[in-house]
Amino acid sequence: MTPSRPEAIVIGASAGALEALSVILPSLPADFRAPIIVVVHIPPDKKSVLAELFRARCRIQVIEVEDKEPLKPATAYFAPPDYHLLVEDTGTLGLTYEEPVLFSRPSIDVLFESAADVYGSEVAAILLTGANEDGARGLAAVAKAGGRVIVQDPETAFAAAMPEAGLKFCPNAEVLSLDGISEYLRRFD
Amino acid sequence: MIETFEKVEDIEIRLLLEALYVRYHYDFRNYAMGSIKRRLRQACEQMGFATISALQEKVLHDETMLPRLLGYLTVQVSEMFRDPSYFRAIREKVVPHLKTYSSLKIWIAGCSCGEEVYSLAILFREEGLEDRTIFYATDINQQALQAAEAGVYDLDRIRLFTENHRKSGGKSSLSDYYNAGYGRVSFDRSLRERVVFSDHSLVTDAVFGEMHLISCRNVMIYFDRPLQDRAVGLFKDSLARKGFLGIGAKESLRFSEHAEGFKEFVREDKIYQRVGI
Repeated sequence: MTPSRPEAIVIGASAGALEALSVILPSLPADFRAPIIVVVHIPPDKKSVLAELFRARCRIQVIEVEDKEPLKPATAYFAPPDYHLLVEDTGTLGLTYEEPVLFSRPSIDVLFESAADVYGSEVAAILLTGANEDGARGLAAVAKAGGRVIVQDPETAFAAAMPEAGLKFCPNAEVLSLDGISEYLRRFD
Repeated sequence: MIETFEKVEDIEIRLLLEALYVRYHYDFRNYAMGSIKRRLRQACEQMGFATISALQEKVLHDETMLPRLLGYLTVQVSEMFRDPSYFRAIREKVVPHLKTYSSLKIWIAGCSCGEEVYSLAILFREEGLEDRTIFYATDINQQALQAAEAGVYDLDRIRLFTENHRKSGGKSSLSDYYNAGYGRVSFDRSLRERVVFSDHSLVTDAVFGEMHLISCRNVMIYFDRPLQDRAVGLFKDSLARKGFLGIGAKESLRFSEHAEGFKEFVREDKIYQRVGI
């Protein structure tokens, strides 16, 4: 049985993010319905090229978020460098310049926790490769709200610390390879 | 389905914000909820309250709690010449227009601890505009305003400030403007001779003068959409004909009901110009 489609997908990644997202995002069809909201740890002082890069490779729309960006289907939203990205309500994204969380701004925890608050059980959170523990608490918040939680198989991750921390906080998370995650998402449509 | 009943925490937040408004006239009721929620959770955790209701009881009965809570609710993070390219654009593209006026009013709205006030005062001095300018530096947080007026910053931040100033096209050395000692730097009092610091709320207060440049960066990101519209409307009504509005690097007037009152002047640095009057 295909599970019902969540209202939004949130993804967090750090070291190795580019390669991991390169497996997932380009695999999604142009009419993929849920918005995909992505936090990748990036240096604060540089212009991010992530959105540009994926725009050229994806069939869905790809944009770097500006404050109060409306959420649309079939679109991937990247956090800009040096701002936290939050889901403001079911239709809007917001940015803040609060203190870094676990040395990170944007922070995956901040995105995931806001998504848990706004969407409750109607969100899927995916924690990918990374070398620190950002995202683990957020993943637990999504699980607590009844949302779906997926962790990249640490064995297949470029950096295992982040998915391992995710599993520590969320032992019942689904563990999938990158291809498995792509397939999982495509099943929603 | 998303739950249709309101969560208890959401009710508590709404009531606390109402209490703050009725008791102290601080109006956070239209602040962006995601961020307010985070900071209230932080406040409860760090000040040892089990619930937001418990925090509300304390803040209603004990006014010494107010400044502490305001410290959580207003985000005071900035740096001098933050986003150097913004200041470079002001210098290279806005200043030539400002030079055609014999007197200038500049409004730094949400000035926090004053980093941007001193940045603009230095830029205007470097460009020979300081003597004809009055700067209005406003914020709702009294402690932040006092810090802004004092102009004292930790020494370990000065390397970043200096680097930013250089990248912004600074024509002097930042060290010309401060004295260092005891791990702190103190900015030259002459820089604030032409600055009026004052308590002003973008939520509840009105237009107070005709401005040539308004700089309000990373302030409106904490507002919800309707409140952003109010603030941008206030800026629109405050600007002289062809006056300038600078906002944060990741803010946009695209989503504002007043978008048609402005044109993009320097698109990549989020500097707009008032049109249509």
